Amino acid sequence: MLFEDSFRRPEGSRRLLEDIHKLTEKTGPVRLMEICGTHTMAIAKAGLRTALAPDVRLLSGPGCPVCVTPSGEIDGILKLCDQPGVILTSYGDLLRVPGSVRGDTLLRRRAMGAEVKTVYSPMEAVELAASHPEAQVIFLGVGFETTAPGTAACILEASERGLDNFSVLCLLKRTEPALRTLIAAPDFAVDGFLCPGHVAAVTGADAFGFLPREYGLPAVVSGFEAGDILYSVWRLVSLLAEGRPALENEYTRLVAPEGNPAALAVIDQVFEPRASLWRGLGEIPGSGYALRPEYRRWDAAEKFGFTPGSASEVPGCRCGSVIRGVCEPADCPLFGKVCTPADPVGPCMVSSEGACAAAWKYRAR
Amino acid sequence: MKEIVTLDHGSGGLRTSELIEQVLLPAYGNAALNELGDGAVLSDLGGRPVFSTDSFVVTPWRFPGGDIGKLAVCGTVNDVCMAGGEPKYLSLALILEEGFAMENLRAIVASAAETAKACGVQIVTGDTKVVERGHVDGIYINTAGIGVLRAEGLGRGAVQPGDAVLVSGSVGCHGAAVMMARGDIPCEGTLLSDCRPLHELSRAALSAGGVRILRDPTRGGVATTLNEFVEHGPLCIELEEEAIPVDPAVATACDLLGLDPLYAACEGRMLAVVDPAHTDAVLAALHALPGGEGAVQIGRVTTSRPGQVVLNAAFGSRILGKLTGAQLPRIC
Repeated sequence: MLFEDSFRRPEGSRRLLEDIHKLTEKTGPVRLMEICGTHTMAIAKAGLRTALAPDVRLLSGPGCPVCVTPSGEIDGILKLCDQPGVILTSYGDLLRVPGSVRGDTLLRRRAMGAEVKTVYSPMEAVELAASHPEAQVIFLGVGFETTAPGTAACILEASERGLDNFSVLCLLKRTEPALRTLIAAPDFAVDGFLCPGHVAAVTGADAFGFLPREYGLPAVVSGFEAGDILYSVWRLVSLLAEGRPALENEYTRLVAPEGNPAALAVIDQVFEPRASLWRGLGEIPGSGYALRPEYRRWDAAEKFGFTPGSASEVPGCRCGSVIRGVCEPADCPLFGKVCTPADPVGPCMVSSEGACAAAWKYRAR
Repeated sequence: MKEIVTLDHGSGGLRTSELIEQVLLPAYGNAALNELGDGAVLSDLGGRPVFSTDSFVVTPWRFPGGDIGKLAVCGTVNDVCMAGGEPKYLSLALILEEGFAMENLRAIVASAAETAKACGVQIVTGDTKVVERGHVDGIYINTAGIGVLRAEGLGRGAVQPGDAVLVSGSVGCHGAAVMMARGDIPCEGTLLSDCRPLHELSRAALSAGGVRILRDPTRGGVATTLNEFVEHGPLCIELEEEAIPVDPAVATACDLLGLDPLYAACEGRMLAVVDPAHTDAVLAALHALPGGEGAVQIGRVTTSRPGQVVLNAAFGSRILGKLTGAQLPRIC
């Protein structure tokens, strides 16, 4: 049996489900938010949302990097393709996301002749720049604290090798300021947080300590197998039943309290916090990463005059509310009707980690 | 100096003849092909003909467990077999990029010839084109196949509630192996494609009786193929997640890339829907053959959710839709 399989087995899970049911008789139904898109997908795939209803309602948060990128920024990215001699490199997810014009995507631009390449690691983009000195290679840096260290490492690599034809369009985002904004919103109604194990592997579990400390909300850092998630939900419900908001780390096989010091150091060396625009949440101070002045030579935004469009979101599309956990995918009038993965309207239906894509792909019977 | 394919080899002139006589005929040679006419005149099939075609653009052209030559023969042979036919003859057309190494072409031709021989089919006609550098990626192949129908009445119309859904072995190996060969997975391993001809397995299943429909789950994988069995109809296929065989290496590779093995391509696996009274006989027949050792029942046909494929997993059931978009480009 694979190691990870032990977290997928249903044995023991039944007991947890029963116990969660008993605990919620005391607390009443609880609303928990998973912040991470990978959790959203794992929850949908395992059928946990249905298994936990109606005792526990799981809401998806702003944890899909593609989904929180506003369509104006996608328009700006699409414009970058038109620059002569540019090779745009990106993680696969972003290729299908439409800008403000439905159907206008990097995938379509590529079919029309733009140089767009999918990479699994940003280091592939650096190598591409080294082997194509005649071209300008831009890496689309999206993601949270998880992809920030790798992106930073690439900039250091390009700096060391003197690769002036490599640059990063830095759209990276930080988790904590977004969560604070979410909690401060008048329609916020969440009793506890399932915290993202991958982000915590970098930042450390302690980075989520502000949730119980400042807001009285229990938080559990969780892994991504069904067993991890179910156990974490059980812990959250237990903490709520005890009336004891605390931070716990379920994902100890990967996450240390203090995180990954090397990754944090490289982020700090290359980036500094700056304001960033989020779909559904608006502009949040300190919620993005900018390249520090000494690394601006590798900033694609400066180099190519990146100008995000001011496009408003598509009428009817409720991605912005889905991202905040205020509305569930099925509440959107477009869901499954005009908006499907084959012909998506909003990013939540495109991204492999989007709440709408998860709800559609793994729709329960 | 390395021998390469040039535009001259596709000119229809002297070099084309040389290519045919020195590379293709020695590998494929048979009475019908040796005539080198514009088409092959075949002997009477002795039954209703089954006809299929497929094109192959896989990159890289060589992958663990096979190459584009083997794949081009297996792909069409398997399509004829899944339609209930016994494959007899193939056409094989090459589209080559100038500069392609002749040594690699010989290897691909040899591999196609060997696979055809193993399947008992003859390559009786073909074509060779060469295009300018950059216009194809090394080599593309089209094959078409003719066989004789051995089983009447196969098809989705024959599927009944209560029928068993079987698979001949673990799923998703080809898709994962091609990813690995492309260097898309940042680790090393010995993941082999499941690329193999299905003529023996399909013959055995049909002989055991009770077969309603056969398909090889290529692009789109098991999930997409099973959807095609029931979509827009009154029946449902219910799968048991625990019963579906997935090689641990494939599961891990798919996990790393966020892919689902149920949507990853197979090139040597067979899905069969069979009368429940014949399930044991069909499984026993498959188990006795190479490539069928891992055959197992993975689900059954019901009427619970008309037109849909449902996966019964640890915490409940969910719908398995068809693949949306390309999970992976150019795997076959």
